[in-house]
Amino acid sequence: MTETDLKQATMQYVTRLGDDSIILSHRISEWCSNGPFLEEDLALQNVALDFLGRARMYFTYAAELEGEGRTEDDFAYLRDERQYTNLLINELPRVDFAHTMARQLFVDVFNTLFLQQQLQSKDETLAAVAAKAVKETRYHLRRSHEWTLRLGDGTAESHQRMQNAVDNLWGYTHEMFDVDALEQQLIEAGIAVDSAALRPQWLEKVTAILTEATLTVPEDSWVVRGGRTGYHTENLGHLLTEMQFLHRAHPGVTW
Amino acid sequence: MATQELDLYEVFLRSRRGLDHKHVGSLHAEDHEQALEYARDVYTRRSEGVSIWVVRSSDICASQEDDSDSFFDPSDDKPYRHAMYYELPKAVDNM
Repeated sequence: MTETDLKQATMQYVTRLGDDSIILSHRISEWCSNGPFLEEDLALQNVALDFLGRARMYFTYAAELEGEGRTEDDFAYLRDERQYTNLLINELPRVDFAHTMARQLFVDVFNTLFLQQQLQSKDETLAAVAAKAVKETRYHLRRSHEWTLRLGDGTAESHQRMQNAVDNLWGYTHEMFDVDALEQQLIEAGIAVDSAALRPQWLEKVTAILTEATLTVPEDSWVVRGGRTGYHTENLGHLLTEMQFLHRAHPGVTW
Repeated sequence: MATQELDLYEVFLRSRRGLDHKHVGSLHAEDHEQALEYARDVYTRRSEGVSIWVVRSSDICASQEDDSDSFFDPSDDKPYRHAMYYELPKAVDNM
């Protein structure tokens, strides 16, 4: 692989990571002023902002690698649904607090493992982003772990809602461990994280937490994938409509 | 979830090493652990602290307004408890 090819591949890979971050950030931010109580509302927005910060770092780096003068805003606000390559789990509606926390648990456990590996990336920028993000994610996991216990091992209703959320999201977790040709090249180059290798540890950790929360680990009976190739659920279009509205209505607006 | 079902906690922050913890406010939480996390999210967003204490508000034993006669007034007529009451010998220049 030539250096230009490698740069191009890295740019696509970094964009994927940025897409995951910004879409999840937006979903969490929908809780702003809708949280179950003031303290949790603020805590959720802290998490949303952590992911937004990550998205900015990834998009800025992607723009730099591309070298065509685009900025982070072009990546965030001027790409359509099919150009977004986030994992589907990030774009699913927030539904209720249980769904939000179940998604967070799955993603946070994954991110703790993923970022630990990204620290070793030969790409210095990716390693630097990981160094910052890994601390945030440890805290995110602490929150989602505790909420899973509270809701799973709480009242009959909270248990049922949490179990429904886990069941509804389970089929979307497999996509996190997919490695395609693009990532395979970058894994071999020491740049990307081999996420397929993280699945056993992820499953072990998630199983332990769900069991502790008296929840049942679902069977692997269905799988949905497609985010990395731009095939999304019907939810992403609606999300982008709202997220991109301001920038598209007032191009280049600042404040 | 209604905050009435949650306990009230008082939050104390130490802004820098070597300083005392100071009362900064209160918040609602389910237990101590959650109170600590919310304190982190609500009161240290701009790096205000290096250490947090939380205590259940109901665990604080406070003096009562009605008791101020017997608690605080007796100190008012005992000026000798203040260093200013004593005249310094000339030999002691600055203290």
